[in-house]
Amino acid sequence: MEKPAFFNEMYDGEALRPAYAHIVELFSKYAPDELALKKAEAETIFRRLGITFAVYGEENNAERLIPFDMMPRVFLESEWRRLERGVKQRARALNAFLWDVYHRGEIIRSGRIPAELVYQNAAYEPSVVGITPARKIYSHIIGIDLVRTGLGEFYVLEDNCRTPSGVSYMLENREIMMRMFPNLFHRARVQPIDDYPDALRRTLKSVAPAKCEGEPCAVILTPGAFNSAYYEHSFLADQMGLELVEGSDLFVDGEFCYMRTTRGPKRVDVIYRRIDDAFLDPLCFNPTSLVGVPGLMNVYRSGGVQICSAPGAGVADDKAVYTYVPEMIRFYLGEEPILKNVPTWMCHKPDDLTYVLENLKDLVVKEVHGSGGYGMLVGPASTKAEVEAYAGRIKSDPAAFIAQPTLALSTSPTFVDSGLAPRHVDLRPYCLVGDKVTLVPGGLTRVAMREGSLVVNSSQGGGVKDTWVIADDA
Amino acid sequence: MLSRTAESLYWAARYMERTDATARLLEVGYRMAMMPTAAGGHANEWESVLAAAGAAQGFADQFDAATKSDTAEFLIFDEANPSSIRNCLRAARNNLRAARTAVTSEVWEAVNESYLRLLELEAQRALSLPELCDWTKRQSAVLRGAFSTTQLRSDGYDFFNLGYYVERADNTARLLDVKYYVLLPTIDMVGGEIDRFQWLTLLRALSAHRAFHWAYGGDISPEQVAHFLILNPSSPRSLLFCAEQIDRHLKHLSLANGGRTPADDFAADMFEALGTARIDAIMAQGVHDFLTGCIERNAKLHRLIGESYLFGAM
Repeated sequence: MEKPAFFNEMYDGEALRPAYAHIVELFSKYAPDELALKKAEAETIFRRLGITFAVYGEENNAERLIPFDMMPRVFLESEWRRLERGVKQRARALNAFLWDVYHRGEIIRSGRIPAELVYQNAAYEPSVVGITPARKIYSHIIGIDLVRTGLGEFYVLEDNCRTPSGVSYMLENREIMMRMFPNLFHRARVQPIDDYPDALRRTLKSVAPAKCEGEPCAVILTPGAFNSAYYEHSFLADQMGLELVEGSDLFVDGEFCYMRTTRGPKRVDVIYRRIDDAFLDPLCFNPTSLVGVPGLMNVYRSGGVQICSAPGAGVADDKAVYTYVPEMIRFYLGEEPILKNVPTWMCHKPDDLTYVLENLKDLVVKEVHGSGGYGMLVGPASTKAEVEAYAGRIKSDPAAFIAQPTLALSTSPTFVDSGLAPRHVDLRPYCLVGDKVTLVPGGLTRVAMREGSLVVNSSQGGGVKDTWVIADDA
Repeated sequence: MLSRTAESLYWAARYMERTDATARLLEVGYRMAMMPTAAGGHANEWESVLAAAGAAQGFADQFDAATKSDTAEFLIFDEANPSSIRNCLRAARNNLRAARTAVTSEVWEAVNESYLRLLELEAQRALSLPELCDWTKRQSAVLRGAFSTTQLRSDGYDFFNLGYYVERADNTARLLDVKYYVLLPTIDMVGGEIDRFQWLTLLRALSAHRAFHWAYGGDISPEQVAHFLILNPSSPRSLLFCAEQIDRHLKHLSLANGGRTPADDFAADMFEALGTARIDAIMAQGVHDFLTGCIERNAKLHRLIGESYLFGAM
């Protein structure tokens, strides 16, 4: 197989691209040992703040630091504007789709999406059929994973409509960079992202249910301090000035939900939940859940509380439904998709399965319901034995897998032992959907720290970078 | 404020104060064990230390005789001892982590660093017992300092301090009791050289040796030490001082939260009873009986605080 040509975000051949022109010069003023010191300083700060994450399957108490790269990933404003339009377009279409499939299902009646793909989907939630959440919005925070393959070429890898995580890294990475390199920000005119927590709070309050009187009370619902993303939950609560509650802090009385406070019960109008549907309400879903609130779904269904994202939103970010998002954009918005979808083979189709098995060494294969980079196969980076073993897994349950071509992920300059070197990156911007659709100019850039690696997940040794949007003439 | 957050703050302070008390208790044992005549037939110091820490049974389940190294290991690092310094520090950290949004980053970082360092200390085994005791006391002071210099004076501040003083009152009563009752079971030893030395040690362990001389001057008498630790309003570990602080913080809370609670009434009674008590009457009643009563009332107050502010309610 011929080696794919990777898009290098810093160099166009020998020439520096405009986005990096200034930054490389500014960074060159720091001596290598000065940079090493700054890197150590950054890591000390991260650990002291407790910004660690747990890797499932590792020994208990394993609190690890996510590797942080000090070289920012840079977009020009003109590049970003196009991306922004594409992300917002997708966010609107996904919400329109969710409302539709829990109501008349027009897109299915019109034959554009197979009915069984939606109604038989494990993430489809029959208990909310016919319920209309405030402003008809189901997914209020959408994380869209993007990869770049060329100058203006972006592909969507997947949509995250439930509770995308990682936004605290976006904010903390910026915080650290501003602490370490104040001069850079002064010179490069980086667009600020500090507004994100306020925008999120406004978004949450804008979807208060009709029964809410006065200033809406919004809270964040966390499974607890032992969850791998707990730092993020507490960070966001802190930044927004909202209470961080656990299931046992909430209770249902009559048609409303309340939290237990030292001043007695306080009514809650909007719950930004960071737990899965299955654990929300033991009376409605998983009866063994201890992190949920008994009776919550009844209150939701009768319009006493808004749950964000709304129960059932997961059906829009399924890896099989993903292939139909361009159709959704055309159907609901009457627009052409701005961002491309990656061609996807669905192994439950016999023709696709045959193709996938024949070309496994060139493809990326994922589990339909998997996430976090667990259990995936990167064909070109795997040994023959690994490919054969994976083929066995696919054959035993084809419907559980999808395959995509190995994308030529762009590279961004990254600090390694020998200095700056290109490493592959992706991008997750966080789109907010409430009374308006908002996207702060930035996102989480994940970087594969190992040379040549295309896997950027933190659970697989990926790191993060600050993401800058700078003026075209900066 | 969420009831759970209030509870977390309350417990974080209790656990942190307990690490401090355990370290001080170990110092008492350590100093007393150095006495040349200590083997004179009375109770083993380390058994007394374990009894005062309320850990005698847990220790006996694991070990035969109370030696210095086993006792220190059990009270500092042992996973199986719920009140070991390591477990208390971890519990304090977990509570503050759960209440992360209610405390400043200085407060969180103080406890986080302490815990991570303790794990290192456990692995390295480089510090001696007195060094470990010193280190522990310092960590407690750092957290307390971070709290009082950076926290907003709101509900959370009161709940945190309630935890401190409820725990401290309990610890002072137990420390005093260990000297009075456990260490010297036979009446004929009272007033002897060992007796005097033990009183001195107790004061030293409470970092109150000098304060005592400031307050009373001259020789140490059991009556004066008892007065200092029970009824002296300016001694920061005395039961009276703790009762005053508890009363004050509960008043703040009921003002802010609308209405007196059963905990307020009970704490006010405790404060008043201690404020009007006389040391000679306590000595006549028997200090051990008096202290046992204090520990019981303190436990009841703890329950009432929980009931008044919905801790753990479902």
